[in-house]
Amino acid sequence: MNQYEITFIVDPVLSGEESKAAAQTYVDQLKNEGCSIVHVDEMGLRQLAYPINRRTSGVYYCVEFQTEGGDVIPNTELALRRDERIIRFLTVKLDKYGVKYNDDKRNGLIGTVKKKKKKEDKRDNRDNRRRDNRRRDDKPKKEAPAKKEAPVKKEAPAKKAAAKKEEEE
Amino acid sequence: MANRDDIKFLSNPKIGQKRQKYCRFRKYGIKYIDYKDPDFLMQFVNEQGKILPRRITGNSLKYQRKVATAVKRARHLAMLPYVTDLLK
Repeated sequence: MNQYEITFIVDPVLSGEESKAAAQTYVDQLKNEGCSIVHVDEMGLRQLAYPINRRTSGVYYCVEFQTEGGDVIPNTELALRRDERIIRFLTVKLDKYGVKYNDDKRNGLIGTVKKKKKKEDKRDNRDNRRRDNRRRDDKPKKEAPAKKEAPVKKEAPAKKAAAKKEEEE
Repeated sequence: MANRDDIKFLSNPKIGQKRQKYCRFRKYGIKYIDYKDPDFLMQFVNEQGKILPRRITGNSLKYQRKVATAVKRARHLAMLPYVTDLLK
């Protein structure tokens, strides 16, 4: 049994019911082909990051299902490709971690995940601060070598002198 | 003449120190990177929407690969842009 996930974007021009019906046809099709549907996630209307077919937004759906393999996926993809209501789709096979992640997400354990993310966000801010520091650091660095060089040069002739003395001796 | 010890305190001595980089996925036990979460993936992308190198993010090779595939999938689904300016 492999677990798969099909995410697709439905045309936003359709009304809410129509887009739901469009998603439902694929869920039914998968069921007819003998898949067990794990979850249907309606992610809702989102802004697209770039226009696709002159659309700037789309309704996202994510269908998670289990199947023994075979022709299920090529058939579904063919249907999705032929359907004009679907702007874009993506099929992904889930590994064991993916299955667990989706389970956790459904059980509301994302809260913990989100906390982690928040922590990471904070760390990001810190990163920015560090970057700022680096930028601030750049200017002193340019001056610093000059200061450093000066004593080094002084030391170096002294050493040379010492070396010369040694040679003389 | 300024002594060497005086110069030391003219700037913050901690500034020059490098912070230890680490892989956040290893550290927090994150095993799966969701391509449907563009806010999370934003952290691994620069202002032009390019994937940041491992050298900057500190990810281990295994998770850098996963991040890269997740970002590419998100791009296909128009959750992240392929090319932009001023993303952040």
